[in-house]
Amino acid sequence: MGPRLVPRLAPSRSMVFAAPVIAVVATVLVGALGFTLLGYDGIGAIREIFLTPLMSAYRWQDLLVKAAPLAIIAIGLSIGFRANVWNIGAEGQYVLGGLGGTAVALLTAEMTGAWILPAMILAGIIGGMAYAAVPALLRTRLGVNEILSSLMLNYVAIQLLYFLMRGPWKDPMGFNFPQTILFGAAQTLPIAIPGTLVHIGVPIAAALALTVWFLLARSVMGFQVRVVGLAPNAARYGGFREKRTIWLALMAGGCFAGLAGAIEVAGPFGQMVPGFPTGYGYTAIIVAFLGRLHPIGILLAALVLALTYVGGESAQTTIGLPAAAAGVFQSLMLFFLLAADILVRYRLVLGIDAASQAEPVATARTVAP
Amino acid sequence: MTTTLAISILMTLAAAATPILIAALGELVAEKSGVLNLGVEGMMLIGAVAGFATAVTTGSPALGCLAAMVAAGAASMVFAVLALSLTANQVATGLALTIFGTGISALAGAPFVGLTTQTLGLVFPSSLAADPVLRLVFGHSPLVYIALLLTVAVWWFLSRSRAGLILRAVGESDAAAHSIGYPVLKVRYLAVLFGGAMAGLGGAYYSLVLTPMWAERLTAGRGWIAIALVVFASWRPGRLALGAYLFGAVITLELQAKAAGFSAFAPEFLSSLPYLATIVVLAVISIGRAGSIAPACLGKPFRATT
Repeated sequence: MGPRLVPRLAPSRSMVFAAPVIAVVATVLVGALGFTLLGYDGIGAIREIFLTPLMSAYRWQDLLVKAAPLAIIAIGLSIGFRANVWNIGAEGQYVLGGLGGTAVALLTAEMTGAWILPAMILAGIIGGMAYAAVPALLRTRLGVNEILSSLMLNYVAIQLLYFLMRGPWKDPMGFNFPQTILFGAAQTLPIAIPGTLVHIGVPIAAALALTVWFLLARSVMGFQVRVVGLAPNAARYGGFREKRTIWLALMAGGCFAGLAGAIEVAGPFGQMVPGFPTGYGYTAIIVAFLGRLHPIGILLAALVLALTYVGGESAQTTIGLPAAAAGVFQSLMLFFLLAADILVRYRLVLGIDAASQAEPVATARTVAP
Repeated sequence: MTTTLAISILMTLAAAATPILIAALGELVAEKSGVLNLGVEGMMLIGAVAGFATAVTTGSPALGCLAAMVAAGAASMVFAVLALSLTANQVATGLALTIFGTGISALAGAPFVGLTTQTLGLVFPSSLAADPVLRLVFGHSPLVYIALLLTVAVWWFLSRSRAGLILRAVGESDAAAHSIGYPVLKVRYLAVLFGGAMAGLGGAYYSLVLTPMWAERLTAGRGWIAIALVVFASWRPGRLALGAYLFGAVITLELQAKAAGFSAFAPEFLSSLPYLATIVVLAVISIGRAGSIAPACLGKPFRATT
């Protein structure tokens, strides 16, 4: 008898923490092998993506800046995923957040004042939440699957962005490039650590993680979200309203994705461009899972996934690895995490042992047609 | 003049509907067996790039179609191992497959960007298709006919064959099917494999017939629309074909309006029509329905407890 899986009596706590580590290690190993087989320098790719960024102080800034939006979006998504509400529309909600922030920035272009940035962020949050309200409304009123509706809206959001960039919001002095004017100092996020790229979005992400951790662990609302996700029937019996949880889950996702969009447009971008959707909304799904839907885990996972972006970019220039490699590494990580997750519920038994012989063999019975 | 326009519109409609119909038929069979594979978009992209690369290298678009089915079928097996054997969450695994397909197709397709290939030839002699009206019947790519034949075949398989009955039993009640000796996992593996091969063929239609070329994210979300169509069709093949052709009509409307330089709406609005239409259709069919038509075991992991 070969290796088999034997059910555990209780989910393994240590495996809950070990599975993401196994996933990252397996991704590194298989990634190195796979990219070598594809004709690239596999070992070099791994070194360039997963190690080089960690060695340089300059890259660390980049890492933090890339990790912040990923963490913020993933925290919002994790609230929904805990309640089994599958918001796949974070990408669109992030774009709408960016557009909300841009709208305020364009309206206040000639103005200065400390109120402008908070207004931009608020507009971003409203944009993200309004966009997430569509699948929430469709799901609670008509029973439309939120996976499909939120995903379709991602494509619509990108078209809306293109429309605004080519038309109403185009910089009149921009040589016909489809982009807005550059934001002024009052419309740009302040730097958190002087002399670096690290803007205040980074501490905001960390603070949000701590806040949500506290809320989920300590508040009735957090309990409700967890119960609805784990046992919808029990939740209904306990008087928790399912529809309210669906709204809460999608609004949290939209709020956080919108916030991330506003932070990005006011921070690293400093203007709105057609290239604003960078796939963060999809990558954040991986971040949420790799972080075990736990706010602190998500912070760590966001740093790991930020590596694939930062390291992926440097691997493009140094060893000619195509940009798409980052997406391959990200999805490999999710594949391996999902595979390793079985070890939470099952034990891997190698070879023959007493238990394997004692186990009854399933007998297939033929049935008359 | 109007006849030629009408015919060209109907030709475009069939062309737009075909890849979505093929991919959706595959997903329909997988879902009937109780497996929700959200990786259709990723598998279509893998099919599109594998088909194009093979056609460019070998000069044979037919081989390209075959390669597309094999490559996307192989990708579907990654999903099957994770979701069926390792009982991973099907939603998450399907998403992972789509992200993987998007990345790996861009990676593998990079050397093929900008190249052209022969497209699939016509089934019927071109003399038959010379007449504008006969063209409507005889002038399509083979895949247009294959899609319609497949619709009938899938309908017959699911409703009239013994194997189809077993597949539906597995999707409606895996535990009961298992207890009377049906191989639940084997049936689901095969259903997922069929879904993968069909998604691959649908994807190849884009890179070998419709455009024909390769570009990143060539399928532009059509895989997701295929999944939505299965819901729209209430898991019935006939309605699936109807839905795919309705959808083809929306795309044709978009293309015609753009070609005519119709300026009442921005082109970006026309481009978002297919996605908006999908949402509206999903909303309309959901009104006053309890959502109980889906296979009962859809998306639920199964592990035999001997």
